[in-house]
Amino acid sequence: MMAIFIDILSWVLLITGGAFGVIGGIGLLRFPDFYTRLHASGITDTLCAVLIVFGLMLQSGLSLLTLKMVLILLFLLFTTPTATHALARAAVLDGLEPKLADQPQASPSEEEPPSKP
Amino acid sequence: MRYVISLGLLLVLLWLALSGVYKPVIFFLGAGSVILVVWLSVRMDVVGVEHNPVLFSWRLAAYWLWLLGQLVKSNLHVSKLVFQIDKVRPRLLTVPVPHQAAVSKVTYGNSVTLTPGTVTLRLTRDRLEAHALDEESARDLEAGHMARKISWLERQAEGES
Repeated sequence: MMAIFIDILSWVLLITGGAFGVIGGIGLLRFPDFYTRLHASGITDTLCAVLIVFGLMLQSGLSLLTLKMVLILLFLLFTTPTATHALARAAVLDGLEPKLADQPQASPSEEEPPSKP
Repeated sequence: MRYVISLGLLLVLLWLALSGVYKPVIFFLGAGSVILVVWLSVRMDVVGVEHNPVLFSWRLAAYWLWLLGQLVKSNLHVSKLVFQIDKVRPRLLTVPVPHQAAVSKVTYGNSVTLTPGTVTLRLTRDRLEAHALDEESARDLEAGHMARKISWLERQAEGES
């Protein structure tokens, strides 16, 4: 009985994790510019990964494997923000202007000149 | 020296936990790799108070739990925005960084990037520039809950060292 319950909980975690991965992918396609897309990839980096690892932990039971998965999660959560920040910083240094909400109406005519060189 | 020993012990424990194969040859290799890593760390001059894992307090676990809650919250918010694309209102913001230690500043910058909806663009001595996906994410960051949590984390580290 308990085993079935844990199995079901684990499936739910794995499926919702997968769903968030897909949502992150959709966001990656739909969001308007580079910087907003970083936020979408953040979904796959965090909640998707966390849910899937938790789901797998329930599958493995209490063993050395669980510890390894905790470490995977820890390393993932430490390294992905660094990678995201490196991407964002590189974009800033390269002069990529983020699309901001304050000036979208005036933008079409304004944005043309800088993008031409 | 104290820090070198604690780092060594921790690496031995980590190796024992991760290996799972306990044979003489493997033990020999494990001991060799631990010694190599400790030697490299000493050479790189990264062994010290700031990097000593033994000093991590229970507050760090509490912070991670809190951060996990924030992650879920902001993930749900950004996922909602994926399906309401017209509500995306990106903007840039700058918030003060009130922390002293470099580790706390980095933790702050990383935590901001980790929560979807805000990405750290630049971290200087006392300012953090971020890109926010919409008004709500920006206000969440400006409210400074996260900065206060990390200050709380920092106070504990100071008390023990």
